[in-house]
Amino acid sequence: MNQADANPMDAAAWTDDEARLLTALRAGDDLAFERLVRDHSGRMLAVAQRFLRNSEDARDVVQEAFIAAFRSLNSFEGSARLSTWLHRIVINAALMKLRSRRRVPEDSIEDLLPKFLEDGHQVHPSREWRRSSEEMMQDEQTRGLVRSCIERLPEAYRTVLILRDLEELDTQEAATLLGITENAVKIRLHRARQALRGLLDPHFRGGGA
Amino acid sequence: MTCREFIEFLMEYLLSEVDREKFDAHLAVCPSCVTYLKTYQETVKVGKAVFADPNETLPEEPPEDLIKAILAARSKRS
Repeated sequence: MNQADANPMDAAAWTDDEARLLTALRAGDDLAFERLVRDHSGRMLAVAQRFLRNSEDARDVVQEAFIAAFRSLNSFEGSARLSTWLHRIVINAALMKLRSRRRVPEDSIEDLLPKFLEDGHQVHPSREWRRSSEEMMQDEQTRGLVRSCIERLPEAYRTVLILRDLEELDTQEAATLLGITENAVKIRLHRARQALRGLLDPHFRGGGA
Repeated sequence: MTCREFIEFLMEYLLSEVDREKFDAHLAVCPSCVTYLKTYQETVKVGKAVFADPNETLPEEPPEDLIKAILAARSKRS
C-alpha cells in the first residue's frame, strides 16, 4: 500500500491555523514545512519507536513518513486533522519497515496462551492479582516490567496490540494496514492480550490455593 | 460452557458480540474465570497506561539533527 493512502477515517474540525498551515505547505513555504516537522516529529518518533524498538529504524521511518507526506500534500483532502493524517502515515511506514526486517527468533504464541485440561478447565486456575492496575502504574519498576512483557510478544501479535490498544485504531483500519481480515485482527488481539496477561501473571498473582 | 470456551470467546463477550447469558451462567459458577476476566481487563488497562504515560515517551523536543535531515531531504527533492 502507498504510505500516502493511509488516510484516516475520522474527520475532525479544522482550526483556522491548520487551514493556513496547509495552504502554506501547498504553496511550498519553507517555514511551514519546518513548523510541521517540529510540531509532529517528536510524537511520530515515539510511535515508530513503539513498533520498531530500535531508534535508528524509528528515525529512518519518521523521515520516510515525512517524505511520503510531503509528496501527497496536494492529494490530502483534509478529511482529518494533519496530526491524525501524519499518525497514520508513520504507522504505515513503521509496518513496512517491520515487514522488510529480518525475522528474529521469538516465543511461540501458543506457549504464552492459557493451558486447559481435557475437561476444559484451566490447568492453572486463575488467581487474583495483588494490586489493581492503577496501583501498579504508580510504580516505575512495574511499568518497566509491563513494557518488557509487551516486547516479548511475537511480532505479529505485538503489532496488533499496539495498533488497537495503544494507537487506538479500529479493527477495520488495523486490518487494512496489515492486509489481513478483520476477523484475523480480532483473533490476534485477543491472543496478544491473553499472552500478555500470561506473562504478567507470575509477577502479579497473589498467594493462596 | 467450559473455561476453555469462556476464555476463547472472552473478547466477543466483552464486546457483547455473543449471547452473554451463557457466559454469565458460567461466571456464576466459576471463580477462576471471574478472576481470569478481571485480570484480562487489568492487562488491557496496564498495557494502555504504560504507553500513555508521558514519562515513558520521548521528550517533547525532537532531535534537532533529525529535523534537519528531514528538511534537507525535502530540499533535495524540490
